[in-house]
Amino acid sequence: MGKFFAITILVIAILSAIPIVMHTWEAPADISTHGHLIDEQMSETMAEAGISFLAAQLLLAFFVWQFSNRGTETKLKSFPGGAKALVIAALLVVGVEVLALGVFGVKAWADVYLIPPSANAMPIQVQAGQFAFYFRYPGPDGKFGPLHPERINEGSQEFFGLDKEHDVDSRDDIVTAEMAVPVNKEVHLLMHAKDVGHSFFVRELRVQQDFVPGLDVSLHFTATKIGRYEIVCTQLCGLGHYNMKAYLDVLSQDDFNEWMKKETAMQ
Amino acid sequence: MHDTSAQAVQHHAPTSFIRKHVFSLDHKVIGKQYYALALAAALIGMVLSWIMRIHLGWTNAAIPGLHALSPNGAPGGVLTPEYYLQLMTMHGTIMVFFVLTTAPFAAFGNYFLPIQVGAEDMPFPRFNMMSFWVTFIAFLVLVASFFLGDGPTLGGWTQYAPLNAIGSSSGPGQGLGVVLWMTSIALFCIGQLLGSLNFISTTLDLRVKGMSLMRLPLSAWAWFITSCMGLTAFSVLMPACILVILDHLAGTSFFVASGLVLNDQVIPHSGGSTLLWQHLFWFFGHPEVYIAIVPGIGIVSHILLANMRKPMLSQRVLIYCMGALAVLSYMVYGHHMFVSGMNPVSALAFSFPTLVITIPATITVLIWVFSLYGSRLRINSASLFALGFISMFVSGGVSGFFLAQPSIDIMLHATYFVVGHFHMVMGVAAMFGIFAGTYFWFPKMSGRMMNETLGKVHFWLSFVGTYCIFMPFHYLGLIGNVRRYQSFVDDFMAPYLGVHKFVTVCALITGAAQFIFLYNLIHSRFKGKPAPENPWNATSLEWSIPSPPPWNNFGDKHPVVYHDPYQYGVKGSKGDFVMQDSPEQVVPASGD
Repeated sequence: MGKFFAITILVIAILSAIPIVMHTWEAPADISTHGHLIDEQMSETMAEAGISFLAAQLLLAFFVWQFSNRGTETKLKSFPGGAKALVIAALLVVGVEVLALGVFGVKAWADVYLIPPSANAMPIQVQAGQFAFYFRYPGPDGKFGPLHPERINEGSQEFFGLDKEHDVDSRDDIVTAEMAVPVNKEVHLLMHAKDVGHSFFVRELRVQQDFVPGLDVSLHFTATKIGRYEIVCTQLCGLGHYNMKAYLDVLSQDDFNEWMKKETAMQ
Repeated sequence: MHDTSAQAVQHHAPTSFIRKHVFSLDHKVIGKQYYALALAAALIGMVLSWIMRIHLGWTNAAIPGLHALSPNGAPGGVLTPEYYLQLMTMHGTIMVFFVLTTAPFAAFGNYFLPIQVGAEDMPFPRFNMMSFWVTFIAFLVLVASFFLGDGPTLGGWTQYAPLNAIGSSSGPGQGLGVVLWMTSIALFCIGQLLGSLNFISTTLDLRVKGMSLMRLPLSAWAWFITSCMGLTAFSVLMPACILVILDHLAGTSFFVASGLVLNDQVIPHSGGSTLLWQHLFWFFGHPEVYIAIVPGIGIVSHILLANMRKPMLSQRVLIYCMGALAVLSYMVYGHHMFVSGMNPVSALAFSFPTLVITIPATITVLIWVFSLYGSRLRINSASLFALGFISMFVSGGVSGFFLAQPSIDIMLHATYFVVGHFHMVMGVAAMFGIFAGTYFWFPKMSGRMMNETLGKVHFWLSFVGTYCIFMPFHYLGLIGNVRRYQSFVDDFMAPYLGVHKFVTVCALITGAAQFIFLYNLIHSRFKGKPAPENPWNATSLEWSIPSPPPWNNFGDKHPVVYHDPYQYGVKGSKGDFVMQDSPEQVVPASGD
């Protein structure tokens, strides 16, 4: 039965590794300027974790195969290196491994979070509420008008609580249910939640960030490929969570200008 | 260490039924009560997971009998989106608190820690009894929320703010359902705090003569370390739960910020912090992962040793590793919050210790695996589950490499990769530890042997089945399959629905296999072969007393310990081992 256990682990380990080696299941292709760093970090981690996984499972299988159900008269042996060798090996191998992953991973994280957006990044505000995203563009004046939560009224399509009558900056603001951005243009996303926690996840953009009620959070990215991508909520926000989504349209500059004109006319 | 610890706790043999079996002060009865509670909770949790899996595979399928259970939540037997989330929340809560904490720590620890240190009982038997009954009431309070008009809370076992604090207008079960959840968990924390106090003082104060700390079995060390974690972790979660209850009932705003709008109305709360809840919760939540798994590490080591018939490469290193895991577990909790809106610099600060924690985990695995070298490994149900534990611990552990890194977490956070990771490392591995412990200690607890053939069938179906369920979760996570969705309605996920159906079928089969275990447990309790005092030829003190032990464990004897706990592969009068309390000299076996 020990040998059967060893074979089972061997089969499980190999079957588990096949989809990874064959790249059967992978995230959709990256469309951002920073995403390749995340993808590279993922590949390196996959290689290191994969080798650790296979080595440990195969060693376990090998030793169980070799040493299970031996007679009581067989000679007992102890691993020659002893515990000290294993501790030193683990400290060196895993220590170097985690240090390398930690140090190299900082670059990918810093690109998204620690380096501020450039001054000419396009600001877009996004508001998450049960169970929809709404977007606001500042209009020609480049300024967002203030928010008045008490004025929010979904029935009259006042999603952000703007007071266009009194707030000059709000008058040219453009509110949309879908998000459009020009290709290869850096976007500065200003995020706030209306009610409870939500999240903004675009797989292709390699971006995921929670909305924190009561806190303004910002994010910046540059989309590099024209197309239509799904924005999904990944923070459990209530009964409609599974269906809370919007779309991101990455457009050419001309198409974006055209889209903006149409949206402006609809305000 | 006390020479006369047997006298330190002394109560008379109970005579009435109530004192013997219900409000018992005997740590062994309390241990069995905890085990029974965990077993009932595991069955409920498993059935909930079946319902969820069927719904995820076949979203519009009517599940027989579900309409009767909840006409509103499952009209015609088909789950509503909110009822899916409510069942999911209950599944997570029941499994994490009432199974994974209760069985390996409170049940086995209660039963065997006093015996392994040579004591008659715990130092505070009334606290011990109270600890179980408070936990039992906590369970009843949680289950009661199933019967509320709008059902239990839907906020997940993590109960993130402010969804947990703004009342029923934010969703079904978010009013009284949340209050009951918080009450239940606060009570649970009290139960575990009382238990932890007892465990710590039992280990430190009630050891018999000769039982130095380094002579404690690894299982006893694991329960001791776990109780130290329990004392600190549960004492943070309990007040956090009380603060949420105050937000609901007393108009406070600990976790609700100003200016939030629900149904076009500004919420009458102001000034709270939503991230505060996450900090408090995960300060408990990450040590909780180790509270679930460290007892398993100890139990599995204890069982492997008895079946390898030789000592570990180093018992001391294993103890240090468990200690390191416990200490580091408090420094890593922020890795649950990389994309939460927390300061991005602190993400890097939390990432480093998370990566470092893989070092003691790796050393632990290496010690186990290389200790197998040159052994005479006996294959039985207990050792199979112990070996399965190691395999699962490795598989669930390596995915931690990914989630420890904030940049990768951007892609994997809140996906099925995380679900696969924690189910393997803290769910299945811990369950395998419980099963290994059951097959190993059942003869001592009941006086009867379990059926080995059924045990092995149970192992093979569970081992292969859980890999078939949780490996695909990792792949689904890699493509971006978001968790906590009641169905996958969008075009992106449609091609992968087949994978979910496969997982559902595997979950149904693996779940059904657990009834083999249940049958074996109940049947063996009454009809199993009578168990001898020491069926595994093991060395620690629990095997030096009758099966089942008398009410005061060692009778009138006061054991004296002469040896380290695992004298295997030596020449003793009884065979290749020498019991801890045997005064005979340890002579290495020939050929060694």
